[in-house]
Amino acid sequence: MADAIVAEGLVKRYGSVVALNGLDLVVPEGTIMGLLGPNGAGKTTTVRVLTTLLEHDEGKATVAGLDVVADAKELRRQIGLSGQYAAVDENLTGFENLDMVGRLYHLGKKRSRERARELLERFDLVEAADRPVKGYSGGMRRRLDLAGALVATPRVLFLDEPTTGLDPRSRLGMWDVIEELVAGGTTLLLTTQYLEEADRLADKIAVIDHGHVIALGTADELKAQVGGERLELSVGTEGDVARAREVLGGLAIGEIVVDERGHRLTVPVSGGSEVLVDGIRRLDAEAIKVLDVGLRRPTLDDVFLTLTGHAAEEKQEEQGE
Amino acid sequence: MSTIVQALGDGAVVAKRNLIKIKRVPDLLVFSTLSPIMFVLLFAYVFGGSIQIPGMDYREFLMAGIFAQTVVFGATITGSGLAEDIQKGVIDRFRSLPMARSAVLVGRTTSDLLNNVIVIIVMSLTGLLVGWRIHSSFFEALAGFALLLLFAYALSWGMAIVGLMVRSPEVFNNASFIAIFPLTFIANTFVQESNLPGPLKVFAEWNPVSAVTAAARELFGNTNPEFPKADVWSLQHPVLTTLIWVVVFLVVFVPLAIRQYRKAVSR
Repeated sequence: MADAIVAEGLVKRYGSVVALNGLDLVVPEGTIMGLLGPNGAGKTTTVRVLTTLLEHDEGKATVAGLDVVADAKELRRQIGLSGQYAAVDENLTGFENLDMVGRLYHLGKKRSRERARELLERFDLVEAADRPVKGYSGGMRRRLDLAGALVATPRVLFLDEPTTGLDPRSRLGMWDVIEELVAGGTTLLLTTQYLEEADRLADKIAVIDHGHVIALGTADELKAQVGGERLELSVGTEGDVARAREVLGGLAIGEIVVDERGHRLTVPVSGGSEVLVDGIRRLDAEAIKVLDVGLRRPTLDDVFLTLTGHAAEEKQEEQGE
Repeated sequence: MSTIVQALGDGAVVAKRNLIKIKRVPDLLVFSTLSPIMFVLLFAYVFGGSIQIPGMDYREFLMAGIFAQTVVFGATITGSGLAEDIQKGVIDRFRSLPMARSAVLVGRTTSDLLNNVIVIIVMSLTGLLVGWRIHSSFFEALAGFALLLLFAYALSWGMAIVGLMVRSPEVFNNASFIAIFPLTFIANTFVQESNLPGPLKVFAEWNPVSAVTAAARELFGNTNPEFPKADVWSLQHPVLTTLIWVVVFLVVFVPLAIRQYRKAVSR
């Protein structure tokens, strides 16, 4: 199996800000790679370099075997991009938007129209097809934007935060669409801040922070890397939080994460249900009232926290120009 | 050769897209024609009584100046349109497509040119209503209009560069106002440049807007033997000077605009 995307040591600087700091990435053909990281980690910059929107300063990258700089024009025929902001024209109708994209891929007049109709059907936009996009909901715009990326049946598809800003229902709808899409064998590079999204959609996940990949693997591999389970509990008062922390300190195999306001504690443990029982006993002995307690496998959130020392959702400085 | 044909085809697709916007949001065209109408009426009736032009009615003198000002303002639409496209992310989509690098700019400047054509027609009718008349031949008048439009077209490539740089239509509009007002007022558009004080007179004499205004005035026959003769070569040969400006604008602005487009990405 050939590799659809290969990036080696990509560096991109904006003045003194280093957006990409030696990023390496390999995506085999027909697989889905999730690029996971907080705002400003370099996800969008990576997508822009790989889709020829931005020239990198150092390193080398190929997509579908074509160099992103030297073969940029030919490369653009092979890719589809759906960006962070739905890049659709508000004043055009859904049909006109897709027809225009088809014409600009040089599909010809007839084929562009056919393709626009096909995609509108596929993305459940037939009814809205002849209305200006201005009146579309956020979810509809995203679907249309995604349809735009598929007009020329690209070999490699780039989706940059396809569900950012969508309400939960539209997000689920978008996930269904993306899953169906890649069932057809398209290679997909997907960026996301949502761990849940990467977990559900991606074959492999590259965790990226400060412009380079800090961990790579399947969702399960990443979770295993963090190890153990998580004992999670809520207590009634702030005083209890501190006491519970002390009591459970002996069970923890890592740092206990405390949410002061929610009176919640997350304790990394190993040993399965015995640890849970043990923990409850210890709390009971100290007469700490537990409102809610449970044991779970680590989520990608935990993975992120362990790998980067900060939570994924944490807003960093906006990405440079 | 086929590359050029394809580039023009891509440009036409983009131009069509921009024209659909004019159709869908007619307010844009309405206001871009109403403001020059307002200028014609304000200048004709408010200043008309106070500004004396030897040997002719002020309105006859005024129209070429208003035409020039209007097409220059029309050219700024190119910049704000591109800034808006960047802001909305549409430019990212275009730049990821295998289309000609010039297409977005060719399409934009072409549709803005058509916008200017409509505006000029409406303004001419307004002018005729307030008493402006063309005293030259049909072909000279046509050449006058063509020259105004050509000038605006060349200038719109310069506006494109600024629009792609500032990337926000609001910032662009504020910035362009600051540049366009002096450019269209320190000129022979509304007063005779010979009456301006020293440095302003020199600026007005070499201002490209003065050249196109004088050229239009000449081609429409809105001139007068009692006019003081222009002191400088540029205004003695306004048609030629305008054409030189057009060539200079295009040679300088087109490559710079395309270069700026290749670098343009939204946030």
